[in-house]
Amino acid sequence: MTTRTGRRSVQGGIGESTIRPDGVPKLRGEFMYAQDMHVEGMLWGATTRSPHPHARIVSIDVGPALAIGGVHAVLTHDDIPGPGLFGLEHPDQPVLAGDVVRYWGEPVAIVAAEDEDTARRAAEAVVVEYEELEPLVDAEEADARDEVFRRMKIRRGDQEARGSVVVEGYYEVGMQDQAPLGTEAGLAVPDGNGGVDLYATSQFVHVDQQQVVEALGLRPEQVRAHPVGIGGAFGAREDVNLHIHLCLLALYTGRPVKMVYHRGESFTGHVHRHPARMWYRHEADENGRLVRVEAKILVDGGAYASTTAAVLANACYFAVGPYKCDSVAVDGVGARTNNPPCGAMRGFGAVQVCFAYESQMDRLASALGMDPLELRRRNALATGDRLATTGQVIDTPLPVVEVIDSLAAMPLLVDEPGSGGDLPGGSGLTTEPRHVRRGVGYALSIKNLGFSEGFDDYAQARVRLSPEGAIVETAAIEVGQGLVNVLAQIARTTLGVSRAEVRHVDTSRIDSAGSTSASRQTQLSGGATHEAARRLRQRILEHYRADDLDDEGVWRGDTLVAAWDDLVRDGWEETVTFRHPPTEPPDENGQGKMHADFAVAGHRAVVDVDPELGLVRVLRVDTAQDVGKALNPESIRGQIEGGILQGVGLAVMEELVLDRGRIRNATFTDYLLPTILDAPDVEAILIEQEGSWGPFGAKGVGEPPTISSTPAVVAAIRDATGKELNRVPVRPQDIALEEEVAR
Amino acid sequence: MSPQRRAVSLVVNGQRHALEVVVHHTLLDVLRNDLDLTGTKECCAEGECGACTVWMDGVAVNSCLVLAVEADGRQITTIEGLSREGSLSPVQQAFLEEGAVQCGFCIPGMVMSAAYLLQNNPAPSEEEIREGLSGNLCRCAGYKRIIAAVQRAAEEGRR
Repeated sequence: MTTRTGRRSVQGGIGESTIRPDGVPKLRGEFMYAQDMHVEGMLWGATTRSPHPHARIVSIDVGPALAIGGVHAVLTHDDIPGPGLFGLEHPDQPVLAGDVVRYWGEPVAIVAAEDEDTARRAAEAVVVEYEELEPLVDAEEADARDEVFRRMKIRRGDQEARGSVVVEGYYEVGMQDQAPLGTEAGLAVPDGNGGVDLYATSQFVHVDQQQVVEALGLRPEQVRAHPVGIGGAFGAREDVNLHIHLCLLALYTGRPVKMVYHRGESFTGHVHRHPARMWYRHEADENGRLVRVEAKILVDGGAYASTTAAVLANACYFAVGPYKCDSVAVDGVGARTNNPPCGAMRGFGAVQVCFAYESQMDRLASALGMDPLELRRRNALATGDRLATTGQVIDTPLPVVEVIDSLAAMPLLVDEPGSGGDLPGGSGLTTEPRHVRRGVGYALSIKNLGFSEGFDDYAQARVRLSPEGAIVETAAIEVGQGLVNVLAQIARTTLGVSRAEVRHVDTSRIDSAGSTSASRQTQLSGGATHEAARRLRQRILEHYRADDLDDEGVWRGDTLVAAWDDLVRDGWEETVTFRHPPTEPPDENGQGKMHADFAVAGHRAVVDVDPELGLVRVLRVDTAQDVGKALNPESIRGQIEGGILQGVGLAVMEELVLDRGRIRNATFTDYLLPTILDAPDVEAILIEQEGSWGPFGAKGVGEPPTISSTPAVVAAIRDATGKELNRVPVRPQDIALEEEVAR
Repeated sequence: MSPQRRAVSLVVNGQRHALEVVVHHTLLDVLRNDLDLTGTKECCAEGECGACTVWMDGVAVNSCLVLAVEADGRQITTIEGLSREGSLSPVQQAFLEEGAVQCGFCIPGMVMSAAYLLQNNPAPSEEEIREGLSGNLCRCAGYKRIIAAVQRAAEEGRR
């Protein structure tokens, strides 16, 4: 009999900043990314893409491609053994274009060959005759022609309400790209019985599997999608791209097929952040209280539906921001054009409107002669209030005032302009320190957590016991955010054991975890892990009439009644499907309980501007963020720092430039990402208020950093320059030149 | 039309390899596809992101901008060659402890650049760290932790 010496505390549980288990293999170059997979006998795939944004396909001649030695297959629309359509919300996108191409870079043919060079050569050798058609590239024109994916109407409160102070504005947000460093990549392996195993970059393997099945007319059990290592995501991997192509080629050739997009192809191969045009009118009383907000929001969805309907809805629901207002009118349009398809990117609709409403709040503060933070404090939404747009009563913690107060109390911590090597544009011959203008700006944001509008949003997780400790099995995708840490931490704390790890399993071995998006996995897969671990512990304790479980086994008082190895042998496991509180679709006025939870954040940016060359250096972006309960504080800070830099990118440099539907800058030379020289210092305050339904009260943290960091930077540039700046990214000509010239 | 090949000899992580490489293939292509050293990443393939950084005769280079034939006779060190006897190098250990790794795709190149920087400048200022890593993009982490990791590795190195 073993006698207990006293219960040890659990190591590596929630609240600790545990070191991520995939850190060592990633640092040693041993971590297996989708790009790195290799199996014997595999072929390489490549894609023939449309050089036109809109054209009729007159003919396709695959002969010249097939004639190249080493080419095994050249497939077109006619070779697809099923409906050949896919789409996250509506299957409206052809796997390979049939009669018409609707955007620049749309896939028209796919090839498989012995090696990568040959595959790419063959893809170029496919002869496609096109009859060019006029592309529809202007979202306003699409709106006028009723080429739309969705229209939204929100009406709340007294539509005749009027305030004494009125500000109006028009705002634009350019097309941002997620630009994950790992491009799209995958491998499909035929199983010899008409089925296929898919290993490809993804944020949501179950929905990939479903789309492969439906597009190719297969049975669900014939396709297994496996989670693989990926180099970032940020929304770009929520839609399928090469997935169906790979499965089609593998099934056709009977060989494993691998495909890796080059950088330029990646820019056309995934969806982008929706560019937006927004018209706003804010009315307030003389004390600064919002009396009425009107907005018209137009987002360009591009050629296919993707998630435009949901992005537009988010933009409309969060059109007022984290503020109270009882008279609201919002009209939204998701336009269908021949521009590249747009879909999910971190912030998902909340980003675009935040730039507009926070610009409006600063204008209003200026019109009132009021401090911008004081104006925000007076209108701050709180638990128990109604969301201005939808009327939903907020029943989870919403620390807007706490965010404002925390930001206001943070020291500024910056040197004099131009000290050190910190001149805008670098240390070269740009400007002189005395010409540099300093500016400070603030912005707040609000974002829904989890999927909304009545979507059946759930995640399944399994906790089982193994010789190595507790195992959390899931199909939830680790995109870099640290889910492999946090699920293990939840399991450790809940079970009471120190050894736990996450193992990814394919779609045939577990139900969906849902998408790694909408800041949802900590709450959803975390919730499933928490509940599975809680039930498993309870069942074990009941079975043995025991009172504790730890790394050694089950204890009744000081007596070990079953050793860990015994538990492992008995095969204890628990599988839980976790759902967040139900939501509902909107009524005809956009009213209802559409959201499960919310998170707020605030940012304060400090910039130096060279007004001669229009260059901006973002010195600091400090933040306070509502996190519910910090399960892994350093991981959260990592999300915050990286998210802020993407917001800074949208503020001052990141934009896909289109010319009549064609992307002009699909390279890392021309699409500017923030480098380490552009990175501001960041201090973050994590605001913990428990009460959310997430595990231990946790909220999702991934998106808020990216939302209000952009308008905070622009507010700071306005503060430095006095310019209106109604468009992001802010370009040098927007700062350095007179308004007339800049247009 | 079979591709033109040429014989090259590379010493990679101390091991000599005699190879027939395709003349238009880069050092990156050969490391990843011919030698199966997939720790070095392809990301932009035009010298902007630094994910493919390796050392050639001790100098950090973008392996996507070096033709394999140019590397003939050279000593190459990749991320796989940086770890010592199974344990992490001081730079790798500092990245781990500072939480500088998220998706990790930039990390092999970032580590190779950081280790190169510290080899040439054991006590870099923050400005020198930023300058030294300015050719390496990271999309996840915001660079703050990467700077802290290099500072930590520099401190460890001075002990």
